[in-house]
Amino acid sequence: MSQHMIEQNEGSSEIAVIGALLGVGALWALTTAARTVDPLMQAHAFIFLAAFVLGGIALGAHVYSGADADRRGYQFGVVKAGVIATMFWGIVGFLVGVLIASQLAFPNLLYFDTLPWTNFGRLRPLHTSAVIFAFGGNALMATSFYVVQRTCRTRLAGGMWPWFVFWGYQLFIVIAATGYLMGVTQSKEYAEPEWYTDIWLTIVWVSYLLVFLGTIWKRKEPHIYVANWFYLAFIITVAMLHIVNNLAVPVSLTDTKSYSLFSGVQDALTQWWYGHNAVGFFLTAGFLGIMYYFIPKRAERPVYSYRLSIVHFWSLIFIYIWAGPHHLHYTALPEWAQTLGMTFSIMLWMPSWGGMINGLMTLSGAWDKLRTDPVLRMMVVSVAFYGMSTFEGPLMAIRSVNSLSHYTDWTIGHVHSGALGWVGYISFGAIYCLVPWLWNRRGLYSKALVEWHFWVSTLGILLYITSMWVSGVMQGLMWRAYNSFGFLEYSFVETVEAMHPYYMIRALGGAMFLMGALIMAYNLWRTARGDIREKELTSQGAGQDAGMASGVTAPAQMGV
Amino acid sequence: MLDKHAIFEKHGWLLSIAILVTVSIGGIIEIAPLFYLESTIEKVEGMRPYSPLELAGRNVYVREGCYLCHSQQIRPLRDEVERYGHYSLAAESMYDHPFQWGSKRTGPDLARVGGKYSDAWHLQHLIDPRSVVPESVMPPYGFLERNTIDLDRLALDLKANRAVGVPYTDEMIEKAASDASTQTDPFSADYDAFLARYPKAQIRDFDGNEGAITEMDALIAYLQVLGTMVDFEKYQPEENYR
Repeated sequence: MSQHMIEQNEGSSEIAVIGALLGVGALWALTTAARTVDPLMQAHAFIFLAAFVLGGIALGAHVYSGADADRRGYQFGVVKAGVIATMFWGIVGFLVGVLIASQLAFPNLLYFDTLPWTNFGRLRPLHTSAVIFAFGGNALMATSFYVVQRTCRTRLAGGMWPWFVFWGYQLFIVIAATGYLMGVTQSKEYAEPEWYTDIWLTIVWVSYLLVFLGTIWKRKEPHIYVANWFYLAFIITVAMLHIVNNLAVPVSLTDTKSYSLFSGVQDALTQWWYGHNAVGFFLTAGFLGIMYYFIPKRAERPVYSYRLSIVHFWSLIFIYIWAGPHHLHYTALPEWAQTLGMTFSIMLWMPSWGGMINGLMTLSGAWDKLRTDPVLRMMVVSVAFYGMSTFEGPLMAIRSVNSLSHYTDWTIGHVHSGALGWVGYISFGAIYCLVPWLWNRRGLYSKALVEWHFWVSTLGILLYITSMWVSGVMQGLMWRAYNSFGFLEYSFVETVEAMHPYYMIRALGGAMFLMGALIMAYNLWRTARGDIREKELTSQGAGQDAGMASGVTAPAQMGV
Repeated sequence: MLDKHAIFEKHGWLLSIAILVTVSIGGIIEIAPLFYLESTIEKVEGMRPYSPLELAGRNVYVREGCYLCHSQQIRPLRDEVERYGHYSLAAESMYDHPFQWGSKRTGPDLARVGGKYSDAWHLQHLIDPRSVVPESVMPPYGFLERNTIDLDRLALDLKANRAVGVPYTDEMIEKAASDASTQTDPFSADYDAFLARYPKAQIRDFDGNEGAITEMDALIAYLQVLGTMVDFEKYQPEENYR
């Protein structure tokens, strides 16, 4: 299929709907700002108001400029914006992570009594939300918008709606982040934003689902490609989890505070049903979608097994949902629920490794590329980290192992082997692929800088997870240690003191990961500008990037 | 059988519905029974809703993200029961919207911290943690002393809690603001009526500053009530096996 335009111009009737939505939003924000006595709500209402007004102006300017008339070809502008947002929020999130890791290592230097917003308790949700939802979420939106267009051979559905999704999601991030700093939180981990932010995210997320599904509906390919199954499962399930877990009654419609609809044990299991599947669907299913497009593309090999992708897709999404109770072993949650959660967590090992095998075996016949292509190597190491952390996870879900690991840094180490290794690296790999494709460049500015990124951050990850394993297991063992008289051997604070060196190593590991991301950002910026590092001018032509570039064309050309 | 899968690959709506059904099953089977199985929450004596001041303190606890480093859930393991006290019951958090069980112990568990330390210790520890525990990595919270509690909004907090199922009475809601001042004033005229509404509540000036009711008062009042409500002398564990 190589026609110059993939379809006729679509209508632009949606612009009035988006404009009306922004108008209603602005009206709500203005009334709320005027009526509320809660200064935090007022601050947020003004941010909303500014965003809606700016959005309206941008929409008007877009129509007036006449740029909207041309709706042919792929919609890659929103993908470009998503790539930039991913890198921006990634660096913010990693930076805050290094900061809070350093706070635990050097509490005397990094706390300020007169600045409550610099405390660990306010910054930690900022870190987790920035890396999961801002960095990860933008990576998922950008790649899904790219992949669904490519694999369906059609322009994104909905005209301006993809832009509404993009900017609406950035607004959600800004509201959530400023809220954490000011102390607006409902204290549910990874679901901290308050009720009005949740409603806004629901609107944005449903729009995202409709844009994605709409694109699938008008596809020019008979089959829906496997990457899109995973993206679709991620979008649908996150919508379900988000809505149920955030059910709450606000104190008033002009107040930031709300009280969760559920309490105690029911609230705990609802939260961890959400929390574990934020891992399962946001950080796993979505990123498996990235794996299923970018690894075959970069390795220039087909996906290893179609059967395996069917079996592991359905078993993964069916089993993941049950795993939440392993966060509540030995708590007041009834034992039957704990046992169910443990059983399904162990079963989850199989579909997880099914995905890993399908990803790794896709390299059959192309393993030599790992030597020459650091981008492909990054993605393959990512899948290896996925395999490792999805083995460690079921292990930690066993009740007797969990009795040692729970509440300790072992959990933090486990999460970061998945987050830095799997989620981070597969995203970096995809973005290294995307930037030359989107900006229509022959290749990356420098492959050597990708090598530097890879090795500096891999070393950082290893320092991070090994220090957390040691400190976690050590702390767990110290808590349960008895002396020869039958008394507890250590006071709690002795275990805190013992962790000090490991906290320093962890902060160093995180700083190295951040440094890698900064190298990447520089490399991407030079790539987008069209530069090629002088020393690499000769080698570039024969390299991997040039090979990839031939398969990808500018929106105007539209060859697939 | 796998060739039948083509139908999902050719119909986006069918794939979406199949995904939704597949991911709904686990949650329905695991979570829904917790709402109707009577054995989920133990039969205990002594549980009451938080007093307005304690609730305000709990909101400070939530706002500052204390749950990120302190769990409120003692597991039935030998070392935990010896270190922290009786293992936590589901009944003890039945009025907690949302729950504060936590997931990490960078600091110790707080489920039964009530009554373990004096108010003066808490005050000093919150202002400057390392002045009482040199190895601590906790942030300082001295600013709580300077923030006063907005008494007028407490009734709204109680009302919202009643809407989600906490048994606050009309009287409790009406008296919310005055009850918060009563709890910091041992010479209050309303002392006995307050205690009737909130049995065994502790009444004193928690932060040693008689002039104002601050967030420090509220937070210490909350910490001092944690884990103290259930009467364990009357608790029958064997009747609550599940």
